[in-house]
Parts: sequence; C-alpha cells; structure tokens
Amino acid sequence: MPDPMKIRANLVGDSTEVKVLMSHEMDTGLAKDSSGKVIPAWFIQKVTVLHNDQQVLYAQWGTAVSKNPFMSFKFKGGAKGDKVTITWVDNHNETRTDSAVVG
Amino acid sequence: MDRHRRQALKSGGGLSLVALLAAAGWIDPAAAAPAEAWNKAAFQTHDMDSTLKALGDGTPVPSANVVFFSTPDIAENGAVVPVGITSKVPNTESIAILVEKNPNMLAALFEIPTGTEPAITTRVKMRETSNVYALVKAGGNYYVTSKEIKVTLGGCGG
Amino acid sequence: MPRKLRSIPGAAAALALAVITVTLPIVSVPAAAQESVEKAIEQYRQDLQGGNPAELWEARGEEIWNTPRGPKHASFKSCDLGLGPGIVKGAYAQLPRYFPDAGRVLDLESRLVWCMVNQQGLTHAEATKVTFGKGSRKRSDLEALTAYVVAQSDGTKMNVSLADPHVRDMYEIGEKMFFYRAGTHDFACATCHGSDGKRIRLQDLPNLTKKADAQRAYTSWPAYRVSQGEVRTFQWRLHDCLRQQRFPDLIYGSDASIALTTYLAARANGAAYAGPGMKR
Repeated sequence: MPDPMKIRANLVGDSTEVKVLMSHEMDTGLAKDSSGKVIPAWFIQKVTVLHNDQQVLYAQWGTAVSKNPFMSFKFKGGAKGDKVTITWVDNHNETRTDSAVVG
Repeated sequence: MDRHRRQALKSGGGLSLVALLAAAGWIDPAAAAPAEAWNKAAFQTHDMDSTLKALGDGTPVPSANVVFFSTPDIAENGAVVPVGITSKVPNTESIAILVEKNPNMLAALFEIPTGTEPAITTRVKMRETSNVYALVKAGGNYYVTSKEIKVTLGGCGG
Repeated sequence: MPRKLRSIPGAAAALALAVITVTLPIVSVPAAAQESVEKAIEQYRQDLQGGNPAELWEARGEEIWNTPRGPKHASFKSCDLGLGPGIVKGAYAQLPRYFPDAGRVLDLESRLVWCMVNQQGLTHAEATKVTFGKGSRKRSDLEALTAYVVAQSDGTKMNVSLADPHVRDMYEIGEKMFFYRAGTHDFACATCHGSDGKRIRLQDLPNLTKKADAQRAYTSWPAYRVSQGEVRTFQWRLHDCLRQQRFPDLIYGSDASIALTTYLAARANGAAYAGPGMKR
C-alpha cells in the first residue's frame, strides 16, 4: 500500500490553493541498480483532483516528473470545510486517494 | 487497501462519489477515478513536431502570454528542477512541460477545467542543460514559450 | 556539519577530492561570474522551498512513534528525549545531552536506538538494520523518526547545555576531532571547514569555526537531500564527511559520532533550529 499523500488546501483570496506531495519512486526505467540490472520504469501516470465532487485538475505525467512529486495550483471558489480529494494511478496500476479539508 | 479505506472513511462529510464508492469497496479507484486516458504516444516522443502530433496536431505560436515563474536559470541538481508556468491566454485548456534534451520530451500535461487558474508548479528531472518549453492549448490553438535551464556539474549524487 | 561538503558525490568523490587537493586554496572562476552563478543557485533553492518532501518522512515517523512495537510491545511514548517520556516538542534543540539511564551522552539517533533496545526489546542489530534508507524498498525507520522529531523543534533556539561535565567532555573531544588531521589524504574536518571561501566546484563550504556559518549549517540538518530523494540525518552527514576524508567508517551512534555532533550542535547554540531542511 503506497504511503499517504501530504495535501494542503487553503483559501487565498477568492481561490483555493492546493499543494500536494506524493510518495513515489518515479523510476525512469533508464537507471541501473548496483548489480547493473535496469530498474524498470515505475511512475505515476494520472493525477485527478476533485473539489467536493467536481474535477478541478487532471494531470498526465511521464517519467520526468521528479521523485516524491510536488504539485501546486489554484482553483476559483472553494470554502472552508470543503473537501479536496486527490487520486494518483501509476503504471503498475497502484493507486492512492487522500483528502484534505480546505482551511 | 485498509489504510486507504480508513483514510477515506475518516474524512467523513463531503466525500466525493468516487472516494465514497472506493471506501465501500465497490469500485477500484484505479479504474474509476481518472476516466481520462494516459496519452502513451505523447510520452514517447523526442521532438516538438512529434509531440504536437501526438497531442492532437497544431502549430504553436510563440506567446508572451505564456510565462515561467519560480523557475530557476540554473538547477543545482537536475533530479529536481522546479517549474512554474502560468498562461494569460483566454480559455486555456491545458499546460504542458517539455524538456528538449530529455530522453522523452514531454514531462507532464495538465488539463485545466474552467474555474481552475491556468497556473501550475511542479518539479521535473533534466538530464542535462536544455531548453524547457511551456506549451499551452487554448481555444484549439497552441502557444509556446521557452527558457534555457542550466544543470550544473554539482549535481552528481553524493 | 558541513552545509555543503554534502555535495561531494559518491562515484565522483575521488575526482572531487583530487580537485580539492589541488585547487582548494585558489578559486579560479572570475569573481563576477561566480557571483551570478551563486545568485542563480540561491534562486533555485528558493524556488524549491514550496514543499519539502521531508514532510512525507515526518508523517511516517509520527505513525512509527505512536505504534507499539518490538517484543515488549512499547511505543516511543515512553521514550524520554530529555524533556520527559514521550515529549517531542523542542527536544531536538537540546540534544545531545547526558542520559543517566544510559550512562552516556546521546544524540537524537542514538537515543532512538536506545529506546528501541531498552524499551521495545529490539536487539541493537535489529534497531540499526537500516540506518540510511534507499527508496521505498529499503526504508529507514530511524530517518522517519528523526524527521518527525526534529520538525517539532522547528523555530526553537538551539540550547545544548555544556554545564554537565559529561557533555563538556564530549564537546572537547569533538573539537579535537574536528581539527585532527589523519588518513591517506591527511585531512581534517577543518581542512574544508576551517576557513572562509572554500568551495568544491560550485558548492561553497561553510566555515564551521565561525559562529554564523556553524549555526546556519547545523540548524538546516537533517534535510531532504534532493540528489538522493531521501531524508538524511546528522549521523549520515558525519558518516559521509568522514568517508570523503578517507577515514574509517564512522559507526552509527558511536561516541566518536556523538562527540563531533556535540561540538557542532553546541556551536549552533542561540540560533533557531530550522529543519528538516532541503538541500541539493
């Protein structure tokens, strides 16, 4: 089971700023381990962000997104107590969903 | 799955439908959440032309309305290069980050629904000093700006 | 200790050391060019400040801290870091310190190991099985716990008391070690960190004999090390410095490691702790 994300969602003016850190190796498939064996690609491909039930961002990622990915953006509206839910899916079809309350 | 379920249940009140169903074990969130596809072809390209083709064609116009922010001129370590892009082009639909000299050019593509500010920050890997492109799709057209980011020799791992 | 000697790479260390040996006293880059590069790198560091992945370690560390473990099924809530059992807030800013129950001066990492062994019933080998992690396949509980504990001292002034004679002894031993030249390269810590203006390629090195540099260096460790994608503790920092000096392997939690830590931590006294940091 992948580790939880760290999500912050805060009102800034009339927008909600979302910042998220994810725990993931983001292996490119190009590096080798100490025994010379290629470490297969293992990376997050899709990220969905929902504000309550509404999608506010959809991202497609390749292997060039850094290890333990970070992302931030803002959506209009949002109120204290609203829910921001983020889901990622990687190329092994592993997934993780976490939520944060807008503060 | 257990921890995940706990997490979702703990969050109570305004749960999204997907999270709720996933928490109840009815659906696999991997299958349910991002209904959108992952554009495999676009992530396997090595130049701008083929990337654009894989993304759905179009000729990008250089635009001063696409702007990098919080993006350094020199990256101390190519493993983590902060990139921020904002678009002032009306009706921006998506923002993509492309690194010219990476093994695959497209690093990330962000689809921006109405109501979301056309500005994102993230961190990408760079194999070497390279031009980085911010590619914006708006009203069916493409707009682009670029910036060279130097990757220093200091970044060799110790 | 060193704010930037951390920069010497693993594989390229030999090369880097050769470079240092030859060019350390002379900086051949034109001053103006160097200054603009420094500015750009400072910009890079600022651009990274938005989100420190060390927070992922902190979250995992907090969970480990609160979970009963080992044969004795004890959590860290009974672990006394110096301010009372289970008290984490501000504890790191006063470490290392003398612990009568252990009969030794201990830094944070060695105290965590002590609690694992004496309160949770793990063997020393089990407790120190993974001191430095590597990715999600080989994770270090010690790095996660350390990240959690130090974060609870963020903003707290460093206050390592030298009033206790045991601590004072360790400080003085640490000071001797800092200036002690040895090994195949006749290096001391002070070779790179004992005067101003030293650098390794683009990395400027802190002069740890100066208060301001010593404070800035110590209070920014432990840190998320961007080049490794890992949180590294102060024990790691010292271990890698000594490796770069071609010294014998520094044993995790050894008196030697704690003496050096005591010297460097006490020299940071008065400055607000600001970690975990984030470093290239």
